[in-house]
Amino acid sequence: MLEIKCPYCGKRSQNEFSYGGDGTIKRPALGEEISTKDWDDFVYFRDNPRGKHTELWQHVSGCRQWFKASRDTATHEIFSTCKMNEDFNE
Amino acid sequence: MRILMSNQYRTSNSKGLVNKEKIINFTFNGDSYQGYEGDTLASALIANGIHLVGRSFKYHRPRGFLGAGVEEPNAMVQLHEGDRSEPNIMATEVELVEGLKAKSQNCWPSVKFDIGEINNILNRFFPAGFYYKTFMWPKSFWFKVYEPFIRKAAGMGVAPLSPDPDRYEHNYEHCDVLVVGSGPSGLSSALAAAKNGARVILAEDKAHFGGSLLNDDVTIGNMSGREWASDVISQLKNMPNVVVKSRSQVFGYYDHNMTVMFERVSDHLENSSKYTPRQRLHYIRAGEVIVSTGSIERPISFGNNDRPGIFLASAAREYMKVYETLVGKKPIIFTNNDSAYATALEFIKNDIKPIIVDTRDNSDGQLVKEVQEQGINIRFNSGIANTKGHLKIKSATIGTLDNQKENFISLAEVDCDCICMSGGWTPTVHLSSQAGNKLKFNEDIDAFVPDKKRQKETAVGSANGAFTLNQSLAEGFQVGFELSNKFTSNDIKTDTPISNEPDQKPHEKLWCMPLPNGQKPKRFIDFQNDVAVSDVELALREGFRSIEHVKRYTTLGMAGDQGKTSNLNGLQYVSNIEKKIVPEVGHTTFRPPYTPVTIGTIVGREVGNHYLPTRKSPVHTWHEENNAVFVAAGLWVRPRYYPRGTETMNDAVNREAANVRKNVGICDVTTLGKIDIKGPDAPEFLNRVYTNAWLKLPVGKARYGVMLREDGMVFDDGTTSRLSENHFHMTTTTAQAANVLSHLEYYLQVVWPDLDVNVLSTTEQWAGVAVAGPKSRELLSKLFPDVDLSNEGLPFMGLVDTKLGDIPARIYRISFSGELAFEVNVESNYGLHLWKKIMDVGSELGVQPYGTEALSTLRIEMGHVAGPELDGRNIPYDVGLNGMVSQKKDFIGKRSLSKEAFVSEDRQTIVGLVPVDKKSKIPEGSHLVADDKAPTPIPKLGHVSSSCWSVEYNNPFSIAIIKDGKKQIGKQLIAVSPLKDISIPVEVVSSHYVDPKGERVRS
Repeated sequence: MLEIKCPYCGKRSQNEFSYGGDGTIKRPALGEEISTKDWDDFVYFRDNPRGKHTELWQHVSGCRQWFKASRDTATHEIFSTCKMNEDFNE
Repeated sequence: MRILMSNQYRTSNSKGLVNKEKIINFTFNGDSYQGYEGDTLASALIANGIHLVGRSFKYHRPRGFLGAGVEEPNAMVQLHEGDRSEPNIMATEVELVEGLKAKSQNCWPSVKFDIGEINNILNRFFPAGFYYKTFMWPKSFWFKVYEPFIRKAAGMGVAPLSPDPDRYEHNYEHCDVLVVGSGPSGLSSALAAAKNGARVILAEDKAHFGGSLLNDDVTIGNMSGREWASDVISQLKNMPNVVVKSRSQVFGYYDHNMTVMFERVSDHLENSSKYTPRQRLHYIRAGEVIVSTGSIERPISFGNNDRPGIFLASAAREYMKVYETLVGKKPIIFTNNDSAYATALEFIKNDIKPIIVDTRDNSDGQLVKEVQEQGINIRFNSGIANTKGHLKIKSATIGTLDNQKENFISLAEVDCDCICMSGGWTPTVHLSSQAGNKLKFNEDIDAFVPDKKRQKETAVGSANGAFTLNQSLAEGFQVGFELSNKFTSNDIKTDTPISNEPDQKPHEKLWCMPLPNGQKPKRFIDFQNDVAVSDVELALREGFRSIEHVKRYTTLGMAGDQGKTSNLNGLQYVSNIEKKIVPEVGHTTFRPPYTPVTIGTIVGREVGNHYLPTRKSPVHTWHEENNAVFVAAGLWVRPRYYPRGTETMNDAVNREAANVRKNVGICDVTTLGKIDIKGPDAPEFLNRVYTNAWLKLPVGKARYGVMLREDGMVFDDGTTSRLSENHFHMTTTTAQAANVLSHLEYYLQVVWPDLDVNVLSTTEQWAGVAVAGPKSRELLSKLFPDVDLSNEGLPFMGLVDTKLGDIPARIYRISFSGELAFEVNVESNYGLHLWKKIMDVGSELGVQPYGTEALSTLRIEMGHVAGPELDGRNIPYDVGLNGMVSQKKDFIGKRSLSKEAFVSEDRQTIVGLVPVDKKSKIPEGSHLVADDKAPTPIPKLGHVSSSCWSVEYNNPFSIAIIKDGKKQIGKQLIAVSPLKDISIPVEVVSSHYVDPKGERVRS
């Protein structure tokens, strides 16, 4: 069970959080003209890197805030977490 | 029942930790025995001369005890009876309690005469990989012939069939330093860390603290090892920053320094309070973990080295020194190192002269000299070739080895009643390995030790390959101090005491004896999994090279045992044959749990009603009192129907639904998800979340909304109303309430943080009652005489805030049933009051409660979509929600709706189905085909999503989603349910079966 530092609440066990996937995905702007391929890339396609990965988590059983985490997918080391409007302090 | 008074195998001069004043009665295989307080089941059986405990896994060979603790691979028993019966328990780990019942397992009809032993006689037909090779074909034999046979032949104990009556608990703990194991290095680490002010947990698997200090004659400072251990423990117990736990096994090491500990809380107590749990699981998140798990003695492989009476030398010593029990009176000590001589000396102390067989050419170690001074002749350069004795060892064939130690030169048979063997020591690296530590091979001790750590884990003492007491203590005090300094600024260092122990000479690198000429006895490596030297040879001969493959093919080092005694001997043998060094062969992965853990402990309190939380509406007690049959809806418990008298479910549902169509019914809709939405950008947010337009919804009005996922599939639906300019009340389906909240939070926090909106779940703050039917207005007029409920006063999709007496209430004019209907909300605590009031004033109008079944019937008849249609596989066009999709604005998932497949002409759409015979109910999930007699595969046109008995037309009616549905209306299709083996001709009709123009809701 991972120990994740919620940027709002501090260190908590993984079972208080839910995983939110790749944190680098940007949703196309509303009303933006976009090709089917680009839209499909946004909806369906994700990289699956071994190593450092920027991802989203939500503290569902806590403050319910979404935040960013930088995690090694191979070792589970979490290098840093930060609020959505912040950058990692690495 | 016979009373077998005995205890004739007790030591005369060893002073152990048993209390001979307190006699404990127990039974084994139905016979009664006596042991002492402080005995384990193993030590008590051995003291009574019982060595035959069970039968081995594969060959059903008679087996006894090998070890004295967690390393025991053989002596598994079935404990207790009835619902407390427990299989596969190591007899060495069971503390004796009054009335304990144990029996042998994996044998029939008895442990002394076991039919399965034919496997041993036929063992050449049961080589490694036997099952893989034999049960390959024909395929059809697998289920009927092979599997039942394997199931009968395999397995050890028997699991009880009734629920476990005991209580188990989970506990979460944090500490700076967790110390696993209370031997010399563990005690010194814990003491050093604790004195420096760190918060320490010390965990010991056994009932007694001290580890090897209980078995070895050493001094620390001016005390014996045993005295020093109890002195340190009493110091630790008196420190407020220390938790000391015995009978507690740390069995798993997971990510981010999460370790899991299994505590046997009351198994050893004769009487315990019913509030005391039997066992406890501790999740310990430790800042640093000190692995002081010690080491386990290695066996030696020789012919028939698995007979009852053949022990590890260290175990024999522990039985004498801790349990005052003799494993035999005519012992042979067989060793490749000095440590077994301590066992010889303990025998001598009890006036028993052992025969000593040492593979080495000689040794001048201190212990060896002490034995020689007792006038005992040591047979150096010798080994055991074979043994005799069917149910108990009777004799051993001892031989002199040639110069290469590859053959025996001469052989002679010697009588004995036990063999105590020692192949040196293996550090217990399981936890370090689980933590991700890359182990390295230490050639001095011929074993793997922890090396490159991935987590905050440090091995000390013999777990780290430090086999002398001096080293162990020094490492413990040093590491305990250094690691605790990370958590405190005290900088208090504790000095390492001076210790004294006999010096020892190196072991010989020899763990497998040659075969005696002309004989091929089995030489076991892994006792638990019945893997012999010949099995490893076979695997290598058949081309398995990777040690991981050899492990799986032979089952070496698998299962509950996890290779505690067998791992290195297996690796060593592979490396000898492969002419490689052990580190090139590598090692297999150690997996948790280190020792078996009961399922009850893993589950804890989460059983029965505690498995998941139960959510009940405030009206629940009324439902119970009024004979409701309940159904689970997610975590909620909802009334399904309210049978009267002898009514069947169908009767009750039809009555409840018909009463709504004719009079008025009420339904508890408290479970609907409710989300409070506030902020200046709330209308804009809803406009992006829902597929329809929201900017111009007037205050005091509700609107039906549909939300999609980005892939265009319908995610949820519900009505949302505008309470004021910037304040909305959203409802969701019962099932999706939590997911919708997370969805909204995601878009507000991650995608559009510029929107000034807050969302909050208010599901539990509101109780809701749907009042539906042509007489619903009349009913509510009685309850709210001051409110204008007419079409003008409260039109369809309107809402009004009012009061029920003094209680604030909100009335919505919304309908799921398709009838004239209202929904009344009050604060949750008044839910029951509201419900009773409605039933009260409605009695003269014929009001009846209706459950989820009638609710479904009513909405299916009307063609309203719900969960079965909104199953995450349908876009709005598929389920008739075309009118809900705005063409003017963008919203979540809109771009997907213009994808080619989603706009194709023959896309699936929602339709209604009526059986041609107007009688046959169509099972939900049925497939729709044009011709059920066509050659397979028959093209599938769609599936039936919801079915009901139409109370309006008194015949079955279903909703289906089928390809090009609009064009199918009026045609006949076949609904087939292969599961129920039925085919029903159906006519395709509009999904709006009742009141297709929707006039009733506006009446």
